Amino acid sequence: MGGYALYVWGAYGVTFALIALEIVLLMRRSRK
Amino acid sequence: MTAQSVKWFWYASPQTFYPVAGVIARWCGAAAAVLCAAGLYIGFFVAPTDAQQGDAYRIIFIHVPAAWMSMFIYVVMAFWAAIGLAFNTRLSHMMASALAPTGALLTFIALWTGSFWGRPTWGTWWAWDARLTSELILLFLYLGFMALQAAIDDRRRAERAGALLAIVGVVNVPIIYYSVQWWNTLHQGASVSLTRAPSMAATMLTGMLIMALAFWMYSIAVTLVRVRCLIMENE
Repeated sequence: MGGYALYVWGAYGVTFALIALEIVLLMRRSRK
Repeated sequence: MTAQSVKWFWYASPQTFYPVAGVIARWCGAAAAVLCAAGLYIGFFVAPTDAQQGDAYRIIFIHVPAAWMSMFIYVVMAFWAAIGLAFNTRLSHMMASALAPTGALLTFIALWTGSFWGRPTWGTWWAWDARLTSELILLFLYLGFMALQAAIDDRRRAERAGALLAIVGVVNVPIIYYSVQWWNTLHQGASVSLTRAPSMAATMLTGMLIMALAFWMYSIAVTLVRVRCLIMENE
């Protein structure tokens, strides 16, 4: 990433972690 | 296809909307996954490295779609809140309630990714400029909407109070959008506009627009799944 790996993966990592968390929480809620 | 052939009022009932929402959510979820894969492939393997910003610019493929959707979702949320307030329709209030968490999430993602883009390009994680501050206010509006609804026990009153807040808060959306024109901001102006040619390479723009579509499909899918949860819990 040309020296910008921390910034690029820091942005993408948190984004997809939060989206995955939303999906998991929503699936658990819909199963109740 | 006439207006009567699509039974709009028939689907305004939570019970009849429930199965339709499930079908639409599945298709939109699948479309979001495919579009996201295609957009990321273009973003990381096809789009070239930027001459000025290097590879740090690749944050654009999630930052801009998240920022666009954060504003768009708020407008849609305020629309459903207004419809619910005007016509006292249960499903409209449920739609507004279902949109808020995803809107808040995408607003946070826009702020977070913007911060990670700002540090290498501006030299700072955060600045109190008009675009960043108005986007932060948008996050507070989403959180305020959810907190207000959660704080009132009577569901009808909670929905009406939330709707009023959503409608008043919509004034913040044009402020966010035009902030880079109205004030002298650290944040750059719009790279994509309906009135002039985009100021970026075609492959970068293609990747960004595909990711915007992916975020759009994702938002529809999770909102409809949440609406189904609300229907099950409330009806």
